[in-house]
Amino acid sequence: MKKLLLATAAGALIAGAAGAEDIKMGISLGFTGPLESMAPAMRDGAKLAMKEVSDSGLLLDGSTITAVEGDSTCADAAAATATVERLITAEGVKGIVGGMCSGETIASLENVAKPNGVVMISPSATSPALSTIEDNGLFFRTSPSDARQGQVMADIIMEKGINSVAVSYTNNDYGKGLADSFQAAFEEKGGTVTVNSAHDDGKADYSAEVAALAAAGGDALVVAGYVDQGGSGIVRAALDTGAFDTFVFPDGMVGTALVENFGTEISGSFGQNPAAEGEGRDTYLTLAEEAGYDGSGAFSAEAYDGAALMLLAMAAAGSSDPGTYKDKIMDVANEPGEKIMPGELAKALEIINGGGDVDYVGATSVELVGAGESAGVYREVSFNDAGEMEVVGYR
Amino acid sequence: MDILNALVAFLNFVFIPAAAYGAQLALGALGVTLIYGILRFSNFAHGDTMAFGTAVTILVTWALQAAGISLGPLPTALLALPLGIAGTAAMVLLTDRAVYRFYRVQKAAPIILVMASVGVMFLMNGLTRLLIGVDEQRFADGARFVINVRDFREMTGLQEGLALKTTQALTVIVAVIVVWALFWFLNRTKSGKAMRAYSDNEDLALLSGIDPEKVVRLTWIIAASLATIAGVLYGLDKAFKPFNYFQILLPIFAAAIVGGLGNPLGAIAGGFVVAFSEVAITYPWLKVAGYLFPGWEPGGLLQLLGTEYKFAVSFVILIVVLLFKPTGLFRGKSV
Repeated sequence: MKKLLLATAAGALIAGAAGAEDIKMGISLGFTGPLESMAPAMRDGAKLAMKEVSDSGLLLDGSTITAVEGDSTCADAAAATATVERLITAEGVKGIVGGMCSGETIASLENVAKPNGVVMISPSATSPALSTIEDNGLFFRTSPSDARQGQVMADIIMEKGINSVAVSYTNNDYGKGLADSFQAAFEEKGGTVTVNSAHDDGKADYSAEVAALAAAGGDALVVAGYVDQGGSGIVRAALDTGAFDTFVFPDGMVGTALVENFGTEISGSFGQNPAAEGEGRDTYLTLAEEAGYDGSGAFSAEAYDGAALMLLAMAAAGSSDPGTYKDKIMDVANEPGEKIMPGELAKALEIINGGGDVDYVGATSVELVGAGESAGVYREVSFNDAGEMEVVGYR
Repeated sequence: MDILNALVAFLNFVFIPAAAYGAQLALGALGVTLIYGILRFSNFAHGDTMAFGTAVTILVTWALQAAGISLGPLPTALLALPLGIAGTAAMVLLTDRAVYRFYRVQKAAPIILVMASVGVMFLMNGLTRLLIGVDEQRFADGARFVINVRDFREMTGLQEGLALKTTQALTVIVAVIVVWALFWFLNRTKSGKAMRAYSDNEDLALLSGIDPEKVVRLTWIIAASLATIAGVLYGLDKAFKPFNYFQILLPIFAAAIVGGLGNPLGAIAGGFVVAFSEVAITYPWLKVAGYLFPGWEPGGLLQLLGTEYKFAVSFVILIVVLLFKPTGLFRGKSV
């Protein structure tokens, strides 16, 4: 124990002498709650970026980075606020990767991060409400707003020659936000939404909901739900009663479970989910595999990019003070500058330290637009006659 | 042709789902009503007894499937049903021995037994989750449809399709057989007559030499069988999830009370009344009306209540019946 203390003290002295500091970074994700299965891969993504920068010794004269985790629960805004409060006031973090879900993120941003002037980058909060929130330039996200997905989905449906659809959404912020933004976009393009109604997750039977959707009619059914929850129940009931043959699946529905559940029954249906294409993603998957976790987990790459952006911005600002580096985040994320792939953070730091510009591409082809959110690349998928999901293209 | 289309739409979206759901509720309500009539308390643990029975049946089904045994077009779960019933009967006899008998010997007030049954409910709740987990399980196999939409359309040339799932047909057939067997048992056999005598007048029954413990045991075994069959049919038709069985307790009680608690015939009628009102009140009649009155274009969906309020329908029926006819439609015992 004594030795350890001594070593720590000595280490602190040496580090202090070099003018470097130990920067604490917060990770606030829903390790318990409805998305708990997604959180570990997201944490590992954020930690991978921090470790990469820390090991390079190139950030702010060799500063090291320590990650501090907190549980945001996803569902409980009060618990998330308390977690972020602890991270900021007790741990003194300089930036936070989080929160995970939209409602919780809004609460902790407004109540804690904004008053304390700490930067938050959320990998996964997609509610359109976060685009317009008053954030003093402190909030960013590496995932696109659902408003954008609504547009993309409306485009895809229109191009298939379908003008009239029914919409069923899961009864929460995500489902409602997506359904409303889709309806607005679709009607603007001249389409008709015959009905836009909610379904509750976790019910045994969705025949009543489907009967209502069928009565309203439409050439296709948009299911803005979760594939492990009511979304599949709606599709099952619609298929059984013959109410709809063609379905449109947004990000919460596109998954292998859909193919396992329905196979050829949903041939001709289509959908989209946010997924970056290209070498950035491939590199990230390899890096993740080397680090011992699954990088293809939802929003894991976004978490890596969120952490990387904050650290690069610190280097560019020459300070770990959130009030200073927050203005640099957009600069490092967008052009001009040298393109930076995952695993090239050390190279990026060298360029920045040498006075150059970087354009961080990362694992998800990051390009921040508007108030600091990802422009969003969506993968368009369709289900062929063999009941397989195939990628049609990216938009 | 339009009238036929309207009829098919009505059958497909209202009649068939409501009939299957009604049969499931009726079987559940029969169990509740039997316990009420003979043991004289409302058994709140009935929903979770259904869940427990279904969970056991699912486990046996999986074992059968793993052994490669199947029933062809029928679900394998039917084969597993007897074992599921045996397991559930053992379970409820155990709870009777451990919990209810104590209060029965003491001649405790019915409300105390009701509260004890709430305790048993939570216990069984947890037990089911330990046994099979909280997640949704689908265990229906065999043929999915008797008639599916596409075939029906091709066969008839109608615009509307009609689907009849195997599980829906099975539910109604099994329910009819079970109800027939139950009435035969109650009216024709010595044990059944003993049960009815015990229900009508306990003291008189005791004086004429009926063994009360035997009647109680029989009642529990029959209630457990009804619960397991109802639970398995519900799970086959929809999906098995422990929480859902807790939720259908309300419609089941509504059905039993509407029909008249303690009256088996009432429980069956009550089940169908509740099911048909739930479905018909939340169904948008726009499509059916569109076929019947081609010129008419109403603004809305012609839906009385949003589907979110489905469970509220049972509440309303319950309150109305309790206010105006406390003994139920078929003159059961007053609540």
